[in-house]
Amino acid sequence: MTSMTRILLAASALALTSAMPALAKTFVYCSEASPEGFDPAPYTAGSTFDASAHPVYNRLVEFKKGTTEIEPGLAESWEVSADGLEYTFKLRQGVKWHSNEKFTATRDFNADDVIFSFMRQASADHPWNQYIAGITYEYYNAMEMPSLISEIVKVDDYTVTFKLSRPEAPFLANIAMPFASITSAEYASVLEAAGTKEDLNNMPIGTGPFTFVAYQKDAVIRYAKNADYWGTAPLIDELVFAITPDAAVRLQKLKAGECHLMPFPAPADLEAIKADPNLKVEEQAGLNVGYLAYNTTMPPFDNANVRKALNMAMNKEAIIEAVFQGAGQVAKNPIPPTMWSYNDAIVDDAYDPEAAKAMLEAEGVTDLSMKVWAMPVQRPYMPNARRTAELIQEDFAKVGVTVEIVSYEWGEYLDKSMEAGRDGAVILGWTGDNGDPDNFLSVLLSCASAQPGGANRAFWCNEEFSALVSEAKQTDDVAERTRLYEEAQVIFKDQAPWATLDHSTQYVPMSTKVSGFVMSPLGDFTFATVDIAE
Amino acid sequence: MIRFILGKLLYLVPTFIGITIIAFGFVRILPGDPVLLMAGERGITPERHAELSALLGFDRPIWVQYFDFLGRLFQGDLGNSLVTKKPVMTEFLTLFPATVELGLVAILLATLIGVPVGVLAAIKRGSVFDQVSMTAALVGFSMPIFWWGLLLIIFFSGMLGWTPVSGRIGLLYYFPDVTGFMLIDSLLSGQKGAFASALWHLILPSIVLATIPLAVIARQTRSAMLEVMGEDYVRTARAKGMSQTRVVGVHALRNAMIPVITTIGLQIGVLMAGAILTETIFSWPGIGKWMIDSISRRDYPVVQSGLLLIAGLVMLVNLLVDLTYGLINPRIRHK
Repeated sequence: MTSMTRILLAASALALTSAMPALAKTFVYCSEASPEGFDPAPYTAGSTFDASAHPVYNRLVEFKKGTTEIEPGLAESWEVSADGLEYTFKLRQGVKWHSNEKFTATRDFNADDVIFSFMRQASADHPWNQYIAGITYEYYNAMEMPSLISEIVKVDDYTVTFKLSRPEAPFLANIAMPFASITSAEYASVLEAAGTKEDLNNMPIGTGPFTFVAYQKDAVIRYAKNADYWGTAPLIDELVFAITPDAAVRLQKLKAGECHLMPFPAPADLEAIKADPNLKVEEQAGLNVGYLAYNTTMPPFDNANVRKALNMAMNKEAIIEAVFQGAGQVAKNPIPPTMWSYNDAIVDDAYDPEAAKAMLEAEGVTDLSMKVWAMPVQRPYMPNARRTAELIQEDFAKVGVTVEIVSYEWGEYLDKSMEAGRDGAVILGWTGDNGDPDNFLSVLLSCASAQPGGANRAFWCNEEFSALVSEAKQTDDVAERTRLYEEAQVIFKDQAPWATLDHSTQYVPMSTKVSGFVMSPLGDFTFATVDIAE
Repeated sequence: MIRFILGKLLYLVPTFIGITIIAFGFVRILPGDPVLLMAGERGITPERHAELSALLGFDRPIWVQYFDFLGRLFQGDLGNSLVTKKPVMTEFLTLFPATVELGLVAILLATLIGVPVGVLAAIKRGSVFDQVSMTAALVGFSMPIFWWGLLLIIFFSGMLGWTPVSGRIGLLYYFPDVTGFMLIDSLLSGQKGAFASALWHLILPSIVLATIPLAVIARQTRSAMLEVMGEDYVRTARAKGMSQTRVVGVHALRNAMIPVITTIGLQIGVLMAGAILTETIFSWPGIGKWMIDSISRRDYPVVQSGLLLIAGLVMLVNLLVDLTYGLINPRIRHK
């Protein structure tokens, strides 16, 4: 052995022992992006919520692990008034706040914290609304909270009533979302007195399973187990996020034992990961949909038969194979199959170019030229829109339709694709926020969302469909809501404002030493239940 | 000498003003609107869009925004990031030491290897060493950094297990930032093994970042040496019976160093460009990755102020290079 090799081996042994901490049980997650901040309210990125809302905070109600069902969180129970306009929450008692060098709580969690957490987002006059200049509360606005919540009343220290301006069935699902995380009013007053309000966003204090320890920007986030956690305390002592933006590098780190679990592997690496004896992969259908939205206000796409004919000309199996490398499934409905009220009785338009061609001719459509918009970014629901557009182009050519593929910068794409009179069909998709069908059907396909500022990129306004979706929003009866949504999906399929393309599959590779990780249909990464074998 | 320095400084004023215009204009010329990007697939109502634009000051005429930027700049205020809402200067100062540390090690590596290789190749012109090293330099110069970095990670970290995959130090070590330079902070922390871990984490990224400058420096040194070796005074020195070492070391090398130092100075710009990719691959928390993220999110304040800070530094380095000529070659400073 040469002396150089000896030095290298000695040093690599040192490096390896330093890669895996030995003393406390430390779980390392190779996260994909830096958090924007640690206050969940002003942000929208999943990577931010994974680093703030999920480890550090709780909400009044929470999503039951691995599902989109609601379960009690900081609220032990709740009652809804008969008219659906009042939600009264009984708060959990004895819930301890975290502490840090600047703050030690003198009281447990109570109603004041709930009111503080919502009012700072609700009211522009609230002293904490602009605690950082230029801060905005996008999710609070997007979920229509300003027009929905008319008042929040503190009944006593452990009872809070939310008064709504209209019945809204998805309300509980909405307040289980990260933006509705409960922050400490007492911590806020301590920070205000110290003149360091911005620390609410830098050094979060919550009630969650992990306490925040430190963040080295763009590198590492550290958390410690919250021994006083009101729920089941975590099995690991320390949680570390090693921020690793490149998917190939994440995989190398996982293989080298530098982390235990990684999100978003490159589809091309999946075979190799599955073959590695030290790794295992969990998979789950993503709560998303990828689609091609026709402009239903422009001829000939205002004719449902033309849209259906084009849908029949499309070989969606081939798209799943080529673009998703099998890591997805063909979509037939606008909501994913894992969502309640999914109408499995619906039969997808069969791939049949001959019939499609005949149908187009019957409608008098010959020599049709159209644009297909391909988005410039990757999303879980659409890893390669350009390739998808090319496959659609080939398929449509077989029925005599000429396709020109266009693309724009992402911000412009989002903007121009919602402009009235848009030329062409748009590839886009959606990932669910809260597991409620309304979050797909109303946001993407209602008449209201076909207006400027909406997200109905087919500009499809079907009164019957919209009425069903709106009616479903006003009742708490899940069986009744299911029936209404199933009916709405029948209308959707019949009218075909979109070609429903895909629902992607989400994969999470991890070390075989990891146990207890539960995949979230909402795409969250939470580690309160994980354990690692020694 | 003072006049020489003042003259150089005077040149910087119009350059700096030009850079403020370019830095301000660059990110605004790119299509895309930060408010729309914040809203994503959901869309945003025209009213809300107007409200947010007004809140962020984007509704004002572009020249008002520019002079506002300039006015704040002279008060030392670089604005706040639209994404993290933190002051740009704070973020820059947090991340900058990581880039400097990586850049310094890389340029040191490139110089310490590049200059001797270039000299040796020039002395042994036409030899196997000359041909092999210059071919290697050409390959290095043409190396796509992203691919090269990944290749090194897969080979040395993945297959051999010799080096860590990414990051600045083993996760076992945790101590507060003092200087921001991991090599120094790890020593100051007094934690056993911390310095070795930090050094070990620097190896692959600095090799990757040094590759292109190393190739350029080696080639530049070789050609500068060849030129000088043909000069009369070198022939005279040889004729006087001086040793080869003395001729090369004292007479040739010092004169050949002028273009080489220029090249090393110019590599600072190349390093900044390389840092963007290197930092992304190695999850290195520096300003290269920060700029890239900010450009894709159209984070105007970060991009414009970040560009300004980086350009300012490159200007400073070039000024230092100019001043170094003055020291090495008196003719330049008296011109």
